[in-house]
Amino acid sequence: MNPASSAGVLPTASSWWSRPRLDPRYLIAFLITLVLVAAQFRYHMVGGYDRLAVALGTCLVTEALLSWFVRGRVVNLLSAYISGLSLTLLIKPQGGVLWPFVLGGVLAISSKYVLQYRNNHLWNPTNFAITTLLLAAPNRISVLSHQWGNDLATNLVIWGFGLVITARVRVLHITLAYVASFLVLTGLRSGLLGQPLWPEFAPITGPMYQLFVFFMITDPRTVVSLRRWQIVVVVIIALVETLIRVASDQAWYLPTAFSAAPPLVALALVGPVAKWIDLRRSAPRT
Amino acid sequence: MRWSPAIRRGIIAVPFFATIGLAIRLNEGPVRPPADVARPGFAFRDETAAAGIHFVHQRATFDRKIANVEPHVAAVGASVAVTDVDGDGWPDLYFTSSRFGAANALYRNRRDGTFEDVAASASLADLNRPGDGVCMGSVWGDFDNDGREDVLVYRYGYLALYRNVDGRHFADVTASAGLHRWVNSNGAIWLDYDRDGLLDLYVTAYFRDDVDLWRLATTRIMHNSFEFATNGGKNLLFHNLGGGRFEDVTDQMGVGSTRWTLAAASADFNDDGWPDIYLANDYGPEELYLNDHGRRFTLTTAGLESESKSGMSVTLGDAFDRGRLDVFVTNISERGYLFQNNNLRLNQMVEASRFRNVADATVADAGWAWGAQFGDFNNDGSSELFVANGFISADPHRSYWYAMSKIAGAHSRLFEDAATWPAFGNASLSGYEPSRVFLNRGVGGWVDVADQVGVRDRYDGRAVATADLSNGGAVDVVVANQNQPALLYRDYPDSTNHWIAFRLVATRSNRSAIGAELVLESAGGGGRGGGRKQRRIVDGGMGFASQNDRRPDFGLGVAEWADRVVIHWPSGVQQVLTHLAANQFYTVREPER
Repeated sequence: MNPASSAGVLPTASSWWSRPRLDPRYLIAFLITLVLVAAQFRYHMVGGYDRLAVALGTCLVTEALLSWFVRGRVVNLLSAYISGLSLTLLIKPQGGVLWPFVLGGVLAISSKYVLQYRNNHLWNPTNFAITTLLLAAPNRISVLSHQWGNDLATNLVIWGFGLVITARVRVLHITLAYVASFLVLTGLRSGLLGQPLWPEFAPITGPMYQLFVFFMITDPRTVVSLRRWQIVVVVIIALVETLIRVASDQAWYLPTAFSAAPPLVALALVGPVAKWIDLRRSAPRT
Repeated sequence: MRWSPAIRRGIIAVPFFATIGLAIRLNEGPVRPPADVARPGFAFRDETAAAGIHFVHQRATFDRKIANVEPHVAAVGASVAVTDVDGDGWPDLYFTSSRFGAANALYRNRRDGTFEDVAASASLADLNRPGDGVCMGSVWGDFDNDGREDVLVYRYGYLALYRNVDGRHFADVTASAGLHRWVNSNGAIWLDYDRDGLLDLYVTAYFRDDVDLWRLATTRIMHNSFEFATNGGKNLLFHNLGGGRFEDVTDQMGVGSTRWTLAAASADFNDDGWPDIYLANDYGPEELYLNDHGRRFTLTTAGLESESKSGMSVTLGDAFDRGRLDVFVTNISERGYLFQNNNLRLNQMVEASRFRNVADATVADAGWAWGAQFGDFNNDGSSELFVANGFISADPHRSYWYAMSKIAGAHSRLFEDAATWPAFGNASLSGYEPSRVFLNRGVGGWVDVADQVGVRDRYDGRAVATADLSNGGAVDVVVANQNQPALLYRDYPDSTNHWIAFRLVATRSNRSAIGAELVLESAGGGGRGGGRKQRRIVDGGMGFASQNDRRPDFGLGVAEWADRVVIHWPSGVQQVLTHLAANQFYTVREPER
């Protein structure tokens, strides 16, 4: 755990915008709060404030308890806050059941403490929780069925803020590398399989991808350390996603999670391996 | 002793993996079905063939420009309506088909458990014609108050109004009625919104009225949003002027929704004496139009705006015996991909000006649900729910859901262009889904007993209608299946429970008494029927492309009489009947004054 990030702000701060070392999680938290408020205000996307309360409450309480239990103190809860909001946005349960938000919250936060290598967690917590729930309980949950209106204005707002903030957090290259990889690989897949291009490009204009490219693949705690390797990793993620999509296009049998959320599964498969290699490679030799 | 971090992580791993195990367990549903699943108190038998019903719906074909999505666009049209064509007191059935040249069927009840198709002789068979359009459904009502039920057939194409001439023959009066309008409609209801004693007509529209599905000028005909679309056809309200004439009053009454309405229902939800209109909209939120004394309708939120979905049908029933008409709206659920969830909306309009969604996980997820109807199948005094499911059953090994997931979230410019949609080919989309029969267990929730009661078909159900076809105190269910055979499920309730039913003859209100609401109050008598209020409405069309028996029925449980029945006639007259013996039909005439 980085003590500076747990404190929130590194000591060289001056103004808000010029702070070069503002804990990136504050900006990400701001962005996801903006997304949630805007989506709820315009499209009632949350689907019930009880979901928000349960997801957020579970994440915060779990983080507080586990950090106290493992480290002897309660850490900054910003990451838990981001996970809680992300789960609220992305999980769409069967009926009005709330247990997916409880289990999702527990899984997201506890994965950080259980699935570690060299004191670093390997999975983006939200990505791990949603992928696990989709694999374990596809009869009871789906991912983001409430759309963002399919309209240009909402897309522009989210993309606009997303690009600015990822630039500010210095992970814009990850987002752009993924988007470029997606477009290129989708074009190739479309050509190879003889499929019309536009339906294949369509998903990236949708909400799940917006959350994915701005919040998941750019998670500062789970990306690899060097910029060029960060780009390589997201290209590999896009490649694995393409393979999943090819299999789905061909109606090969896959667990529902793969076809329903290809990018999330691709990240869940590739991300931890990359992070593990990165940690292993960068560890000091003894 | 202080544990090392590794040990602490090991301790945390226990609940962590237990959480994953719990998720897997919860995925499977309840450990043990509720005890009353084995004793639902009724059984259904598929007696379609024995009844002589051999209707098979045939789907439409359209302009080849949208061949890639034709299975989707042409996936509606199977409808069924209950009527009494010849006024003999025995319910008849009218089915529509949707392919050019395919015949609709009017099954006359022979009173011996069998039916005969008299559509051709009644001039109601040949209604799928190039230039006129293809049938999507029908709604029956006595618009001219001559004592015989007439019929409006709605199409992807021109509306068609047929007057019942003599109980056996019908005359096309569309043009003289002023209803020769091209409307790509999936639904219509009769209601008397201004309480003048004449049935008015509300027609829902799906595709825009400038869309001719056989001669498309553009492929930009689809929804502009998956859940917030507003670019559909404009719903229409026609005021009955009398003398067989109708007038379009849509704009002045404020009910011209363009939200891709698939179904409508009407009732007096807020008890102000005026019939309101409730809409189930595809790719959008439901809408409630409150009637302001017949002068204008007001679109109200009523808690409906927070869940934008894909409403397929709207049906009314008293779900919890409160003496209120609650609302059940079906939606789409596909495991892993999409849980839009059916809505069971508790009517709290009088005290809170809103509906409250109380659908539990069981009743919320019926698959890709279409028509649904409430019915007290076991006559215990509580209404069950029958839900038809399944969208497109084709190759069982190919699903369009993955393709759907690609386009559903896309920007509107991509989404609304049919040419952009991935080709369907021979894929299924939520195909082969079983119908559901939800047993009402009150506070114990709902439980699906379809298999136990004998409902095991896997057709692509669309319209569901209920009727007591043998006048014996049972709620039979008729299902029109898309591009597949219709089904008749005969209801066999336990004989220990009793029932009562009413045939209303209006004098000041519209002759069909459509919109009349009946409240049965049982002070006691034991069983589940005792000490409750139940409300029913004379149906002017509800569900999806369907209309029920116009004779409201009540289960009484083991009570052998009904203590009190209050009839709220559409004219505003209230009539009170007391101490009515069970197990019979009552013909009730509206008081003149």
